[in-house]
Amino acid sequence: MSEQTLVQKILTRASGTPDPVPGQIVVGKVDLAMAHEQGAQAIAPFVQMGAKKVWDPDRVVIAIDHWVPASTEGAARLHQMLREFSQTYKLPHFYDVGNHGICHQVLAEDGWVVPGDVAVGTDSHTNMLGAMGAMAVGIGPTEFAAVLATGKIWLKVPPSLKINLEGRLGKGVYAKDIVLRVLSEVKTDGARYKAIEFHGSTAARLSMSERFTISNMTTEMGAKAGMFLPDATTQEFLRGIAKHEMHPLLPDEGATYERVLHINLDGMEPQVACPHSPDNVRPISAVAKEHVKINQAFLGSCTNARMDDLREAAKIFKGEKVAPGVRFIVSPASTRIYRECLKEGLIDLFTAGGAVFTNSSCSACFGGNMGILAAEEVCASSSNRNFPGRMGSTKGRVYLMSPAAVALSAIRGEIADPREVL
Amino acid sequence: MKTLISGKVWVVGDQVDTDQLIAGKYLTIIDPKELRKHVMEDLVPEFSKAARPGDILVAGENFGCGSSREHAPAALQAVGLGAVVANSFARIFYRNSINLGLPAIEVSSVRELFSDGDQAEIHLSEGYIRNLSRSKELRFPPLPSHILEILDSGGLVEKVRREIATP
Ligand code: SF4
Repeated sequence: MSEQTLVQKILTRASGTPDPVPGQIVVGKVDLAMAHEQGAQAIAPFVQMGAKKVWDPDRVVIAIDHWVPASTEGAARLHQMLREFSQTYKLPHFYDVGNHGICHQVLAEDGWVVPGDVAVGTDSHTNMLGAMGAMAVGIGPTEFAAVLATGKIWLKVPPSLKINLEGRLGKGVYAKDIVLRVLSEVKTDGARYKAIEFHGSTAARLSMSERFTISNMTTEMGAKAGMFLPDATTQEFLRGIAKHEMHPLLPDEGATYERVLHINLDGMEPQVACPHSPDNVRPISAVAKEHVKINQAFLGSCTNARMDDLREAAKIFKGEKVAPGVRFIVSPASTRIYRECLKEGLIDLFTAGGAVFTNSSCSACFGGNMGILAAEEVCASSSNRNFPGRMGSTKGRVYLMSPAAVALSAIRGEIADPREVL
Repeated sequence: MKTLISGKVWVVGDQVDTDQLIAGKYLTIIDPKELRKHVMEDLVPEFSKAARPGDILVAGENFGCGSSREHAPAALQAVGLGAVVANSFARIFYRNSINLGLPAIEVSSVRELFSDGDQAEIHLSEGYIRNLSRSKELRFPPLPSHILEILDSGGLVEKVRREIATP
């Protein structure tokens, strides 16, 4: 057997194919399948397939998050369909209103994805769980139906990119800045159909939350999977919560990579992805000089709305006020995080300064629920996408940045460099 | 399955993402007839009304990038498109298309071969796409047998149905 990349190791385990090579199609066993509202579209195909039962209800998670609680009748119908489906097919792991969170976040928090897994989800940012050292991929609802029926999925073995992260992050520079920097090199299609492995001493030092932020945005590079190597940090995170057996696989020394990138983070400044593409990345000082006025600041999404993100933003926002004419929307990534914010006084801190602290959901991230932009409006956002129309009007403009940069931009009313106040 | 597809071509550019194919605000729609009304409504406003079954969409790089929404290929399928051909596809869009039974074919530089309104002919098993209006053609490698089987069944639903019915 030749030396294998991480994704080859994972697919060998899942498919039983001893030496899967890039380009080959393998059929692999799924360890965890997740659906959010889009799962409702899987119901009709599932029934049409003639399946009598779900292959393994203990490996299926339904987590509604885009419209929670339902904000339109259409969304209410999707939720209703999923509830009925879960009852009919006896799916016990349903994160319903009150126990909800962004789907990827609840998977992470409750240890649903562990090293070595093949995990699939009906959302493109399922890549986030690759931070566990798993192959976590987004799939569509018809395919989800097939997984529910059979527990298997066809996968084309991807070639791999190796990204070495080295160097120390300066003050005001975060995981979000790392991933924006990587995007500026890899671009939105540079990892299409490929798996990314993050290596290097900096990658090894990152917390799980930081790894989630980075794996999350490998989706914006077109990647099939974006993975960190499982280590003590992963084990520690999963201690006592892992839902099934871990297989902490590592790539072989001499594995073949299509491309190897070395990224040195020493001296890197905070980054901003300007409209209308996540790879349109510039150093924040250059953007700040142009005094880009904002109408909205959004601190939320599966990319950056965990406790560390909210705390960093709070450090900057403490005792300050939202700039006149700006609305600052803070949406924690899960109900658990919401409650932690409550205990730590962060809800008070943000709302005292004129921010709106919402219930946990995808919120303004996708332009279909709340926090929608009108034409010509500008948003500083901690989320992951800024394509035209992503946050509402196709004439709206979204700048992507770290939570700290969002918080300072909310205070100043224009895009601002968090290093100025840290 | 039909290995020869021919029809009128609609051309779009590079990086057409799923938000442009079908905007986020329509994601609660399930009925294909409703979906069809909003397909590419900002990008090619006349498409929804003027496209005919069998027409072929030709796109540039990274077609269908963005979200995992199956609404995107489903909206194109609702129009009755014969195939989507692109210089390259985003991976989830590609999978979704195949799984719905909508042929998605990657042919590098295909975008440069066509203008709006040209007639195209695609042969899936022989692996060529021809611009009948300009008598030019490009070749592509035959699709892997697993993918042909899904298309052949008319999509993943039918394929799994047959598998479940005959264990
Ligand atoms: S927060 Fe945004 S990117 Fe994440 S799952 Fe929700 S809509 Fe998608």
